[in-house]
Amino acid sequence: MANKCCCNGRSRYFDKFDEILSKYEGKEADLIPILQNIQDAYGYLPQDILDELCNRTGLHPSQVMGVATFYSQFRLKPTGENLIKLCFGTACHVNGAEKVAEALADELKIEIGGTTEDGRFTLETVACLGCCSLAPVMMIGDETYGRLTPDKARKIIRGFYKNWGE
Amino acid sequence: MNNLRNDYYKIVVGLGSCGIAAGANKVYDTFKGIIEKSDVPVTLDETGCMGMCYKEVLVEVINPDGKSVIYGEVTPEKANKIFESHIVEGRPVVEWIVKADDMETSEDSFFSKQMRIVLRRCGVINPESIDEAIAMDAYKAIEKAVKTMTPEQVIEEVLNSGLRGRGGAGFPTGMKWKFARSSEGSTKYIVCNADEGDPGAFMDRSVLEGDPHSVIEGMMIAGYAIGAEEGYIYVRAEYPLAIKRLKIAIKDAEERGFLGKNIFGTDFSFKIKIKEGAGAFVCGEETALLASIEGKRGMPRIRPPFPAVKGLWEKPTNINNVETYANVPYIILHGAAEYAKYGTEKSRGTKVFALAGKIAKGGLVEVPMGIPLREIIYDIGGGTSSGKKFKAVQMGGPSGGCIPAELIDTIIDYDSVNQTGAIMGSGGMIVMDEDNCMIDIARFFLTFTQKESCGKCTFCRIGTKRMLEILERITKGEGKEGDIELLEELSMNIKKNSLCGLGQTAPNPVLTTIKYFRHEYEAHIRDKKCPAKQCKALIEYKILEDKCTGCTACSRVCPVKAISGEVKKVHKIDSSICTRCGACKATCRFGAIIVE
Repeated sequence: MANKCCCNGRSRYFDKFDEILSKYEGKEADLIPILQNIQDAYGYLPQDILDELCNRTGLHPSQVMGVATFYSQFRLKPTGENLIKLCFGTACHVNGAEKVAEALADELKIEIGGTTEDGRFTLETVACLGCCSLAPVMMIGDETYGRLTPDKARKIIRGFYKNWGE
Repeated sequence: MNNLRNDYYKIVVGLGSCGIAAGANKVYDTFKGIIEKSDVPVTLDETGCMGMCYKEVLVEVINPDGKSVIYGEVTPEKANKIFESHIVEGRPVVEWIVKADDMETSEDSFFSKQMRIVLRRCGVINPESIDEAIAMDAYKAIEKAVKTMTPEQVIEEVLNSGLRGRGGAGFPTGMKWKFARSSEGSTKYIVCNADEGDPGAFMDRSVLEGDPHSVIEGMMIAGYAIGAEEGYIYVRAEYPLAIKRLKIAIKDAEERGFLGKNIFGTDFSFKIKIKEGAGAFVCGEETALLASIEGKRGMPRIRPPFPAVKGLWEKPTNINNVETYANVPYIILHGAAEYAKYGTEKSRGTKVFALAGKIAKGGLVEVPMGIPLREIIYDIGGGTSSGKKFKAVQMGGPSGGCIPAELIDTIIDYDSVNQTGAIMGSGGMIVMDEDNCMIDIARFFLTFTQKESCGKCTFCRIGTKRMLEILERITKGEGKEGDIELLEELSMNIKKNSLCGLGQTAPNPVLTTIKYFRHEYEAHIRDKKCPAKQCKALIEYKILEDKCTGCTACSRVCPVKAISGEVKKVHKIDSSICTRCGACKATCRFGAIIVE
C-alpha cells in the first residue's frame, strides 16, 4: 500500500515488479517463485501487479489466481504492521493453544485472520513453527514467545501498546 | 590462568530453529562480546540441533584436552558465569551441566538408548562449514560409489540394507531406485521431499539445519544409481534457516567439485536446485509435489504411472524424503550389513522422532527400530511433563492415529505400529496425558486435513467436512445416537474413494480414537460429559467454598468479569457469563477452583 503513494506514481510502483520479472523467463514453472518474490517486495499480492503479471507473461489469470489462492503462503490483502503467527501445531494444541488464541482474539478485538482497526496487528494461525518444546508458541515479527498462557499472551500485547505509548 | 594461555577452549552454541526460538542468538552474541574483550583465547562456533530441545539454549564447551560438557537452559547471564568460572578459572559450573564426557548427569538416560546414524553429524558440526562435514566423512560415500561401484551395485547395497522410505509409507528405497533405473529415458530426476508438513514434526528440518551435506550426498548417490544428473529439493518456505543452510552447502559443494561436472574425475555429473514450497500440506504427496515444482496447483494425480516411470516433466523421477537420503551415505560407506544390524527383520536401521506434547524431555531423538514405545516415552522422554497419567501417543500426524497407554509395549517398527491403526509416519510423536480429550484431538486433526484437502476428490473434500461437523457437534454436547456409526461409515468411504494419501488416511485419527476411546465418545454423546474436562460446552468452573480465601485474584484475572465476591469472602462464578478460559483456575493459589 505504502508503495503506491510514492510521488512519482505508477512507474515507481512497478519498479520492483519489473526487477523481479527480469530474473525469470516467465514460464509456468517460474510462477510460484515469482509470486513469492512479489509478496516479499510488496508484503502481499496486489491485484494490479497480478494483472500486469498476466499481461507480461501470457499466463492466464485463472492459472495465476489458481496458484495464488491454492497455497496458504500467499495473501491477497496487506497485513497489519505486526503479524502474529500463533502456532496451531499438535504439540501447541495439546498444551492449550486454543485458549491462547481466544485470549489474543479477545484482547485485540479481532477474529483469527483479522487485522486490528488501528492496523497494528494481524492475527494468524500457522500449522507448526517447529519449536514444539516451547509450546504453546507464537511469533510476532521475528521474535518467538514460548510457554504461553492466555494471560501471558494478553500481557505481551499490552506490552507492545505500552511501548508505543498507547 | 597461566596454564591456559597456550591451550584453546571451544564454545559451541546450538543454533537450530528451536534453540534460536529459545534465545540462542542472544547467548551467542553474549559469548562473542565476552571473548572480544577477554585476552583468554577461545574459539566460538555454532552447530545445529543437539536434540535436547527441552533444555534449550544448549552450549557445549570443549576443553583443551578434547573432553566436552554441555550446559542446558543457558541465558546471557549464565553465559557470563560459564565463561568466568569454566573457561577463565577452569571450574565447570556443575549444576547447569546436562551432559558431560567425564561425569554422569540426570539427563544421561535421554541419550543412552539412542543410536545416531541420520543425526551422526547433527549438533556436532557447524552446518555452514563443509570442512567440518568432510572431517566427519561427508562425500566419502559418493566417492566410493562412483569410483568403485556400478549403479547396480549401489542399488543392491541399498536393497540389502533394508532401508524403507522414512516419509511415512515405508516403501523399500532400493526397490524404488530399481524401478527408476529401469525406466526408459535419458533424462531422469532426483527429488528430495522436504515438505515436512505434519504439525508437530521437525525431524527433517533439524537434519537440513544441522547437516545439509548428508542429504545432498544421499541425493547424489541416488542420482548415480538411477542415472540422473539433476536433483530438486522441495523444501517448505516456512523453513528459512534450512533453506539458507542448504544454499550454503550446495554452493560449497560446487566450489569443492563435489557437485558439478565429472565428479571425482568420473563421467558422473550432478547438480541440485532448491524449490521453495508455498504452504500446502498436500504437496507432501509425491505427485502433488511434482505438480508444484512445475508451477501448478499442488494436486495429486492417479498412479500409475508412478513417478519412477513418469515424474517431473513426464521424465522418470525418484522421490525420497530427507531422512531417507540422509541414511544412504552411511549405508554405502559402512555397508548394508552394518546398517542392517540395527532394527527388526522388516524394519532395518534407525528412525528419528520428534518427541513433543506433554512430555517431560521433548526433543529430537534417533532410536534403533524395534525399541518398545515404553522406552521412548519413559526412559528417553522421562514420562509426562505434567506428572499426570500418560494417556496416549499420537504417531503419524494427520495421517496417523493415537496409540493408547495399554499398548505402550508396542515395539516401534512399520508393521507393529500399523497394527495399532496408527502409522510410523514421518516421525512426529505427540504425547498426551489424562487432561487431553480424545474427541478434541480427532477434531483437531480433522480441522487440519479438511483445510488442507486440495478438493479434487469429492469424498475427501466434502466427507472430511461432514466428519468435522459431526465431531464439532459432539464436542458441543449436541451429539446424537448413531454419530459414531456415521463417522465410521464416512471414514470407510473417504478411505476408499480418495486418490492420494491425504484423503486415504484422513479418517485415521478418528478411527483410532473410536477404536481405543469409544467410551469417551459415548460419554460426550449420551451423558453430555467430557471425561477429560476439556470440551467447553460440557464443563463448568466452580469455586470450592471451603478452600476460597476471598483473595480476589480470580475475579481480577477474569476477562469477562464472571466472578463476584467481596474481599476475604467466598467468591462465586456466574456460569452464564463464564467463557471457560481457565484463567481463574491457573491463577488460584489455593486449589479452590475446580472443573466439573
